[in-house]
Amino acid sequence: MTVAGTFAFVVWVARSLWRIAPTSGPWHIALTTVAICSVLAALTLFIPLGNALRIRTKISRAQAAGDITGVRKYASRFRTAAWLAVVSSFATICITLFVLFLMANNHAVQQTFFNPAMIGRSWLNVTKAFGENVMIALLSEIIVLVLGLLLALVRLAPGKVGRPISLVATAYIDIFRAVPAIIVIYLVGFGLPLAHIPLLSALGPMEFAILALSLTYSAYVAEVYRAGIQSVHYSQVAAARSLGFSHLATMRYVVVPQAVRRVIPPLLNDFIGLQKDTALVMVIGTVDAFNQAKIYASNYFNLSSVTVVAILFIIVTIPQTRFVDHLIDRDQRKLRGGS
Amino acid sequence: MAFLTLDSVVKSYGERTVLRGIDLNVERHQVVCLIGGSGSGKSTLLRCINALEDINEGEIRLDGDIISGEGINVDLLRRNIGIVFQSFNLFPHMSVLKNVTLAPIKIHGIDAATAHERGMELLRRIGLGDKANAYPDQLSGGQQQRVAIVRAMAMDPKVLLLDEITSALDPVLVGEVLDIVRELANDGLTMLLATHEMSFAHEVADTICFLHEGVILEQGPPSQVLDAPQEAHTRAFLSRVGRLRQ
Ligand SMILES: Nc1ncnc2c1ncn2[C@@H]1O[C@H](COP(=O)(O)OP(=O)(O)O)[C@@H](O)[C@H]1O
Ligand SMILES: [Mg+2]
Repeated sequence: MTVAGTFAFVVWVARSLWRIAPTSGPWHIALTTVAICSVLAALTLFIPLGNALRIRTKISRAQAAGDITGVRKYASRFRTAAWLAVVSSFATICITLFVLFLMANNHAVQQTFFNPAMIGRSWLNVTKAFGENVMIALLSEIIVLVLGLLLALVRLAPGKVGRPISLVATAYIDIFRAVPAIIVIYLVGFGLPLAHIPLLSALGPMEFAILALSLTYSAYVAEVYRAGIQSVHYSQVAAARSLGFSHLATMRYVVVPQAVRRVIPPLLNDFIGLQKDTALVMVIGTVDAFNQAKIYASNYFNLSSVTVVAILFIIVTIPQTRFVDHLIDRDQRKLRGGS
Repeated sequence: MAFLTLDSVVKSYGERTVLRGIDLNVERHQVVCLIGGSGSGKSTLLRCINALEDINEGEIRLDGDIISGEGINVDLLRRNIGIVFQSFNLFPHMSVLKNVTLAPIKIHGIDAATAHERGMELLRRIGLGDKANAYPDQLSGGQQQRVAIVRAMAMDPKVLLLDEITSALDPVLVGEVLDIVRELANDGLTMLLATHEMSFAHEVADTICFLHEGVILEQGPPSQVLDAPQEAHTRAFLSRVGRLRQ
C-alpha cells in the first residue's frame, strides 16, 4: 500500500517535471533524466515489497506443514521485509519532496540556489578564498590545542595556592563559553584596532579572526580536556605520587597522556564547530569564502555562489564527522568488549 | 630507636576517626604484617605513612627523621617509601619496561640506557623479561602485580608498603606474587604489609599487628598473635578467616 502510494506520487512528480521542462536544450535533457531516475528509483521499492509477499507465502506453507519454528522464522523475516518496504517508501518521499521543492515555481528555487552558470563563474574564486577559512581554522586549532590544555590544568590546580589562578581560569572559561563566537569576533576585529594597543592593533583581519576564534574555542576545549583529566582514575594519581612524582610531573607523564587519548572524539567535534565558525569572520571583512561568495551574490542577485561555500564546508566536514563516529564506535566496542 | 616509628598517629575523615592512636615500630630488615577486618584502617595506615593522606595527630619517623606534618617534602619522602596497591595501578599507556623505568629516569635522573638495563634485570629476575615491551592490559593480574612491585623497587626504597596486594587476584595467581615478596624479605628489605593471607603472614612476618577499629589491639610474633591470641576480637577475627579453630 505505502509502496504503491509512493510510486504513484513519484510518477506524478516526474510527469510534472516533464511538463515544466522546456522542449529542448540542456534543461530538457536534465529534467528528463531526473524524471526517469526518480521513476526507476521508485520502481526499486517493489523489490522489498516482492520479498515480503514471497515470504508471506512461505509462512502459510509452514503453517500448513505445522512447522512452528518455520512460522516464527518466516514471520520475523516478513516483518523485517515489510518494514524495509515502508521505510524505503518514506525515504523516497522525502527525496521526491526535495526535488519538487527545487522545481517549484518553474524551477525558480533551483535557479536561485543551483544555477550552473553562476556556480561556474564563482567557484574558482570562492574556493581560493576558502583557503583563508582553512588557514584560519588550522592556525586557531593549533593555538586552541595548547591554550585549552593550559586552561584545563590551571583550572584543576590543586590546593590553597592553586585556588586563585583556578578561579581566574574558571571565569575565563565561563565567559567565553557564554559569549557567542560572532560577538567575540566583532569585538576583537573592530575593538582592538580602535583601542590602539601597540602590536595588537596593527594586526590584520585574518589575525584578528584567528585570535577571536582561539579565545572562544580554547574555553570549549579546556572543558573537554578537563573532563578527560577527571576521567582518569584517582588510583593512577596515587600510583604516580607514591613513586615521588610532583603534581605537575604526574599530570605530564601519567594523567594528561591518558586523558588526551580519551578526548580525541569530542575534541574533533569542537574542531568541526570551529571550522564552520570560520564563516563568521566575514563580519570583520576577512575575505573568506563566504565574503567572496556574497560579493557574487549581491552583484548577480543569485545565491548559487553561496551554495558553493556550503558545498565546500560539506566536503571538508563530512569526512571528519565520519572519522569521529568511527572513533566513537571503536571506543564503544572496546567498552563492550570489557577492556 | 626503630627504623620506622609511628607515635600516637590519629587520622580522621571529617567527623569519622579512622585511626585512633597508632603506635608501631618497624626495625630495619623487619617484616611487619597488618591483619584485621575490612574497614579496620589498614589501608589508611599505609597511606598515611607515605603521605598520600595527612595525619591529624601524632608523628611518623623514618630513620630518625620526622616524615609527617606540615612542611615536609612529600615528593622526597615518597622516594624512600614505596607502596604497592591492591589494584596494581600500572600506567596503561606505557609498556611494562617504561612503567618500571619512568620514575628512575625522571626523578633520580638516571640516564635512559642504565635505567633500561636495570629495569630489564629486575624484570628478568621475576621471570617477565620477555614481557618488557608488552602493555599492562596484555598481562595477567599476577604478572601486573609483579611488575607493580618491581616498579616500586626500581626506586630503591628504604621501606616497602604492600596493601593487600593479592586480594584482587585469582587464587592460582597469588603464589607467584607472594614468592616475590618472600624473596624481598629474604634479601632483608624492610616491609610493612596488610594482608589476608594468614599462612603467608605466619611464614614471613617478624611481627604481626592486629588492627581493630583504628587501634592496634594486639601485636607480637606470629606464633603468639596467630596461634595463641589473647584478645577476644583477635580470636573472633582469626576464626572468621578460618585460621583458628575453637
Ligand atoms: N577517603 C575516605 N573518606 C572517608 N572515609 C574513608 C576514606 N578512606 C577510608 N575511609 C574509611 O576509613 C575506614 C578504614 O578504611 P581502610 O583503611 O580502607 O580499611 P581497610 O584497609 O582495613 O579495609 C573505613 O571505614 C572507610 O570507610
Ligand atoms: Mg584496605
